[in-house]
Amino acid sequence: MVSLSPQNLPSADLTTDQLERGTSLWRDAWHRLRRNRLAVFGGTVVIVFSLTCVLAPWIFHLSYQDQNLDLGAVAPNAQHWLGTDTLGRDLLARILYGGRISLMVGLVASLVALVIGVSYGAIAGYVGGTLDSVMMRIVDIMYALPFTIFVILLMVFLKDPMQAVDAWLGRFSIFGFHAFEGMQGVGKILLLFAAIGAVEWLTMARIVRGQILSIKKMEYIEAARSMGLGTPRIIFRHMVPNVLGPVIVYTSLTIPAVMLLESFLSFLGLGVDAPMSSLGTLIKDGSEKMEEFWWLLVFPGGAFSLTLFSLNFLGDGLRDALDVRASKD
Amino acid sequence: MLRFIARRLLETIPVLFIILTATFFMIRFVPGGPFTAEKAVTPEVMRNLERAYDLDKPLWQQYTRYLRNVVLHGDLGPSFKYPNRTVNEIIADKLPVSLELGAEALLIALVAGLTLGVLAAVKSNTWIDYICSSTAMIGICLPTFVLGPLLVLLFAIRLGWANASGWYGPVDRVLPCLTLGCVYAAYIARLTRGGMLEVLHQDYIRTARAKGAGQLRVIFKHALRGGLLPVVSFLGPAIAGILTGSFVIETIFQIPGLGREFVNSAFNRDYTLVLGTVILYAALIIALNLVVDVVQVWLNPKLKFE
Repeated sequence: MVSLSPQNLPSADLTTDQLERGTSLWRDAWHRLRRNRLAVFGGTVVIVFSLTCVLAPWIFHLSYQDQNLDLGAVAPNAQHWLGTDTLGRDLLARILYGGRISLMVGLVASLVALVIGVSYGAIAGYVGGTLDSVMMRIVDIMYALPFTIFVILLMVFLKDPMQAVDAWLGRFSIFGFHAFEGMQGVGKILLLFAAIGAVEWLTMARIVRGQILSIKKMEYIEAARSMGLGTPRIIFRHMVPNVLGPVIVYTSLTIPAVMLLESFLSFLGLGVDAPMSSLGTLIKDGSEKMEEFWWLLVFPGGAFSLTLFSLNFLGDGLRDALDVRASKD
Repeated sequence: MLRFIARRLLETIPVLFIILTATFFMIRFVPGGPFTAEKAVTPEVMRNLERAYDLDKPLWQQYTRYLRNVVLHGDLGPSFKYPNRTVNEIIADKLPVSLELGAEALLIALVAGLTLGVLAAVKSNTWIDYICSSTAMIGICLPTFVLGPLLVLLFAIRLGWANASGWYGPVDRVLPCLTLGCVYAAYIARLTRGGMLEVLHQDYIRTARAKGAGQLRVIFKHALRGGLLPVVSFLGPAIAGILTGSFVIETIFQIPGLGREFVNSAFNRDYTLVLGTVILYAALIIALNLVVDVVQVWLNPKLKFE
C-alpha cells in the first residue's frame, strides 16, 4: 500500500536523487569490471564450472564411484566424453566431483583465513601501541617460517585422530538416526580447512591492519567514539565494512592459492582419501598412468589449470575495478 | 647494517627454539610410533628397540637430551628407519642434491623471468609484450605437478630426448629444473614488467634520455635497479617456495634429494629425521630471507635498516 504521508516524502526524494547521481563505489567497480574482458571471461568460467560441479549429482547421470571393470580405461569417445580411468569410472564425472572438493576446500579455507586475518589485523590496527607491535612482530616471524612443511606435518600426524573423528561421526546418532552416515573422510577435509586456513591469514592481517590505520584517524570514527560506542562495535560495525574492498580482492586471490596448496598436498598423498578425489588426486593418479592413458593426466590437469587461470584473472580484474593497491605493509 | 644483521640473527634463536619444541611435542603426542608400521614384533623386541632409541624414557627427558645434543654438538641423533645412519649423515648426503636443484631452478627462473619481463615492459602493448605476458600467465597457472608430468610425457616418453627419472648426468637436470623454475620465472616476469613500466615513466629516465643515453644504457644502467625492487622482495617467498616445491619435483622425477626424504620420514614417523629436516629448512629459509632483506635495502636507498 502506498501512503503519501508527509514523513515518507523526503525519503522518496532521496531515492530518486541517488538514482540520478547513480554512482556508488560498487556500481563504479562493476562498470569497470565489465569492461575488462579477461576478468569477464574468468568470471564466466568460474561460475559455469562451479555450477556444473555443484549440480553434478542432478545433471550428470554417472557418479564418481560407478565402476565398469569390463570397460577398463578407454580413450575419450561419444559415450564417455573424457574417457574412463583404469577402473572404468567416467573421467568427466570424476573431474566434476573432484572439482566440488577442490572448490569447497578453496572457498572454506579462504573463509577461515578471512575471519582470522580480518579480526587479527583490525584489532592490531585499531588498538595500536604495544599490542600492535607485538602482534605484527608475530606475523613477521611467522612469514619467515616454512609453512608448507607444517601443513604436511599436520596432515600426516593428525591423520589418525581424524580417522577417529570419522569413526565417531559414523556411529553418531540422534534418536537412532545416523546423521553423518556415509560422510567418512569429513574429518580429513575439516583438517585440511583448518591447516590451510591457519597458514593463509597472514597477508590478510597485514592488509587489513594497513587499511584500518589509514581510516582510524577519520572524523566519523572520532564521532563514533565520542558517542560512547565500545571498541568491538567500532571495529566490526564501522571500520571493517570500510575495508571490504581490499578484503574481497585479496580473498579472491587466496582461493586459487588455497586450491593450489590443496592439490599439492593431494599430490603428495596427503589430501582427501579414495574413493573421494580432488583435482589434485586425479592429477596424481593421471601422472602415474600417463604413459598408456594420457587423458587421465591431460584433462584433470587442464580443468585445474583453467580454473586457476580464471580465478586469477577474476581477482586481478577485481583489484583493478576496486582500485586497490595491494601493498604488503 | 651489521647491527641489523646481528639483531635479526639473535631473533632467529628463539624462533628456531620454538619451532623445534613445537614440532617435537606435536609429533610425539600423536599415537603410533616409528616401529608400529613394522611387522608384528614380540613385546620384548619392542622394548629393546625402544630402549635402544631412548623411547622408554619420559618425554621431557628425551626432549632435554635431544635439545642438549643439538645445541652443544649439532648432533641431530640417529635415524629410526635407516639402521646405523645418523640424521646428520642423511642430510649431508641428500641436501646437496636439493640445493643444486633449487639453485639451478632459481637461475632459470631469474634469467627467463627477467628477460621476458624487461622485453614486455620496453615493448609494452606491442605483440612482443602480449607474447611475453601470456607466456608468463600460462606459467603461473600450470602447477609444477601438472607441468612436470606433461614435460615427461612429451620429452621423455614420446620424443625420448631426456630420461623420465634419475639424477645422474647433466641431461637429467634439464626437465626437473625447468619444471621447478617455470612457475617462478612467470611470477618474476610479471613483477619485472610492472616494476619496469613504473620506473620507465619517471622523470629521471626522461632526463637520461634527454642527455642522449642509448636505449640499452637507459634500461640497464638507470631503470633496472629500480625496476627490480618488486622482484627482490618476491625472492624471499620464492626461495621458500622453491625449497619446499622440490618435494613434488623430487617425487615426480625420482630425485634422491632431501625433500622426498622429508615427506617419507613424516609418513614413517622417523622422529629424528623429521625434526632434523624441519629445523634445517626453517634455518635455511630464515637465513635466505635475511639475505633478501639486506639486498633490498642495498638496492633501494629509500629503505633503511630499522
